[in-house]
Amino acid sequence: MTNLMTNHYEAAAVILFGIGFMNLLLSRNLIKKFIGLNIMDTAVYLFLAAKGYIAGRAAPIVLEGTTASVEKFINPVPSGLVLTGIVVSVSVTAFSLALVQRLYKHYGSLDLDEIMEKAKKEGH
Amino acid sequence: MNEPKKKSTWRHFVDWVNGEEAIEVPKKISFKKIDFNKIKENFEKYIWSGRKKAIFYLVMCAFVCTVFIAILLHTVSALPYFGGGNNPASNEVVQRYIESGVEETGATNIVAGMILDYRAFDTFGESNVLFLAVICVVMLLKKDKYNTTQQEIREEKEDEMFDKEDDNTILKRIANLLAPMLFLFGIYVVLNGHISPGGGFSGGAIIGAGLVLYASVNGQQNMQRFFKYKTFVLINVTCLLTYCILKGYSFFTGANHLPNIIPKGIPGALFSGGLILPLNICVGMIVACTIYGFYALFTKGEI
Amino acid sequence: MAHVNYIHNIPFISIFLTMFGGIITPLFSNGKIAQKINLIIVCIVGVLSAILLGSVWQNKESFTFMMGHFPAPWGNELTAGPLEALMALTFSFVMATTLLGGAKFIQNDILAEKQNLYFVMINLLFGSMLALIYTNDIFTAYVFLEINTIASCAIIMAKGTGESIAATLHYLIICLLGSGLFLIGISLLYSITGHLLMPNIQQSIIQLTRTGEYAFPFAVVIGMIIIGISIKSAVFPFHFMLASAHPAATPASSSILSGLVLKSFIFLNIKMFYCVFTIDLIRNLRITNVLFLFGLIGMVVGSVSALKETRIKHMLAYSSAAQIGYIYMGLGLGNHAGMVAACFHILAHAATKAMLFICAGGLMSVSEGKDGIHDLRGAAHKNLMAGIGFTVGGLSMVGVPLTAGFVSKLYFASATIYSPQKMVITLLTLAISMILNAMYFIPSAIAIWTPVEKKTERPKVSRRMEIGIAIFIVTNFCLGIFYKPIIDMIELGIGLL
Repeated sequence: MTNLMTNHYEAAAVILFGIGFMNLLLSRNLIKKFIGLNIMDTAVYLFLAAKGYIAGRAAPIVLEGTTASVEKFINPVPSGLVLTGIVVSVSVTAFSLALVQRLYKHYGSLDLDEIMEKAKKEGH
Repeated sequence: MNEPKKKSTWRHFVDWVNGEEAIEVPKKISFKKIDFNKIKENFEKYIWSGRKKAIFYLVMCAFVCTVFIAILLHTVSALPYFGGGNNPASNEVVQRYIESGVEETGATNIVAGMILDYRAFDTFGESNVLFLAVICVVMLLKKDKYNTTQQEIREEKEDEMFDKEDDNTILKRIANLLAPMLFLFGIYVVLNGHISPGGGFSGGAIIGAGLVLYASVNGQQNMQRFFKYKTFVLINVTCLLTYCILKGYSFFTGANHLPNIIPKGIPGALFSGGLILPLNICVGMIVACTIYGFYALFTKGEI
Repeated sequence: MAHVNYIHNIPFISIFLTMFGGIITPLFSNGKIAQKINLIIVCIVGVLSAILLGSVWQNKESFTFMMGHFPAPWGNELTAGPLEALMALTFSFVMATTLLGGAKFIQNDILAEKQNLYFVMINLLFGSMLALIYTNDIFTAYVFLEINTIASCAIIMAKGTGESIAATLHYLIICLLGSGLFLIGISLLYSITGHLLMPNIQQSIIQLTRTGEYAFPFAVVIGMIIIGISIKSAVFPFHFMLASAHPAATPASSSILSGLVLKSFIFLNIKMFYCVFTIDLIRNLRITNVLFLFGLIGMVVGSVSALKETRIKHMLAYSSAAQIGYIYMGLGLGNHAGMVAACFHILAHAATKAMLFICAGGLMSVSEGKDGIHDLRGAAHKNLMAGIGFTVGGLSMVGVPLTAGFVSKLYFASATIYSPQKMVITLLTLAISMILNAMYFIPSAIAIWTPVEKKTERPKVSRRMEIGIAIFIVTNFCLGIFYKPIIDMIELGIGLL
């Protein structure tokens, strides 16, 4: 428990991940489903950002006239991973929302079960 | 009962061989006078109705997620401490990135140096994801005979008429004043990506926001005077192609230990950082186009 | 000036060539030109992979290739050995033949103005599969996993009908669930080991298991990564996405999806076993047993569901699920022979299922596009090559000697000798599954060969489709007869992973 208090950022990230996961499974509305997915992704970024932080150190930008030493800066690797991850998540979200828009135009519904049923009927 | 459909076993077999019938579990099995069919029916009616099924699904999901969160929390509590200086993650990799990063990549922003030089293959993949997403959205939402109806086209024409009629002078003036500033700021962020916080993606997003602002106030027609679908594709493809070729060259020379002719420049100056500045510009342009492309396709289905 | 070893550049060149092809394709508004460029690129990659395979096979070596100016723990890396080269060769071969055989369907099913975009997807999908095969870095694997997901969804929805888009959504949600688990898995792994490159992670894992530190997080990480990848490769409880995706997509897309995309994820799983977690750790944590169990259930459930279907593409989709079960069963045996059999089955199934989907598409198109098995009566007489291909594919699925399917089943059966406690159940399930396979292929085979009385005009059959199917048939028999060198290559490759 004390460990959880020290790792509170990670704990929060993990709980958010679970909430997103639950949203993805439970929500019948497609837009809410994808919001859940976004929460999941964002939770991972929070986790990574927390893992990169080192107490009392600055962002890794070397200013003029100073020397770069490892004691001054936080870990830059997770920041890079988060940057890459965000772009991936934006792309996936855009793609899925486009799918949802197209489906709404076609079936007039945002409910996954209803869409699946209509699609099945159409397929026969 | 007139039941001519009642088939013999042989007939069933023949039909199966002919492919007209699939093998199914017999619907009605009388097993010592127990009618399983009826039991199943009753079961579905009283015990396992649609509502209860939904509740069961909900409870199961909640249970699975709670267990999942509990496992993850337990994992987190066993991880290295938050903010600690000697975590396993702060190892020789980080040391070299920070201590020799400026010298080896020419960028004072170490994160930019890392993602565009040390681990550039990931970033190349990332820009491809963005490209892929925008192409997918074009495939889905660009008007074709499947996704548009006559009514929609009519409605859109009416909308355009309305757009032309009312002139929101204040809105237009302010937006037209703001958009160039957004462009300038975006360009600044892109160009200084290797010496200060920012970079291609964030700068590109700002420029994209400017484009969206301009298009939403002045209407798509005004936008189409200088930004057509062709321009959009051309900019995206050229930038990504430049990225691909530059990085291909850099990977090829690096892996085969060939001399690299690209100068690193003086760290801290605008023209420094070797390939990082051109790559940032490419990424910035791709992102700006992509963001505007998303907006245009989602609202009008046309760029 | 340093000497350049061009053979070692092949993985890098293949990936960048396909990416390059994908990027320039939107400039050609004509679908046919895009198709030609795509085919040429895939063929070039195939030839390059063959050269690479010859070289690494002769030298019995596996090498790493530095992506950039920085060595292992700092920069990205690619790695290639006999197994990777063999996979790349198979993938490009199957891809080229599918595109050749399925060209007609692509032209008919997809709107003319969006055909070039379809080939963008195919190119990038192929590039991402190559990257997944060659990568030596888990974060690169994640990025290319996402490219793979989006591109594979795009080729399902390319047809543009409501049904195909609904199927895409279903597929996308399950895939994203898988990649979410994979992503959190690799972030946890990074926070424990501090590395992203596979060999470095492996070193620190070996060290940490020796000291016993972080035992619980490790188990969770391994579970998440393996489950995430397995979900994406449509292992048993998640195989329903195939059943909606395959029938809705154009036949060429189904072939690529079932034959290659799922296989690339399975290959990533094998890579995770050997290059990241070490196979002993996987065995000690009993992950193999779980995979074994789900593989077995998948085999039976997939076959039974296929038996209950009367529509040909649904049947093939469930049959794919059953074959994925075979592969996971082989991985789950947990011994070297099982892995070899699983890898061989990846190749055999890639070649067979791609052919079956193309043939099914061909048979359907001569029967007015209907997909019920009884609507296909006599279709083989109208499209002879597709009929022969379908029959050969069916025989291979059942496991008749001289076909590719026989060899993999033989090796699965002989691999059980090394895991005696799993022997009986494996052999039993193999036998049941073979009988079920025979039961669902026989009616369709009889239906398509039933003679039709009335003389109708024989519809014109695309020449390219016939060539494609012929190549697939020859390949199938080659795999079934000259399997020994391939098995040797796989054995060497797994040893060098």
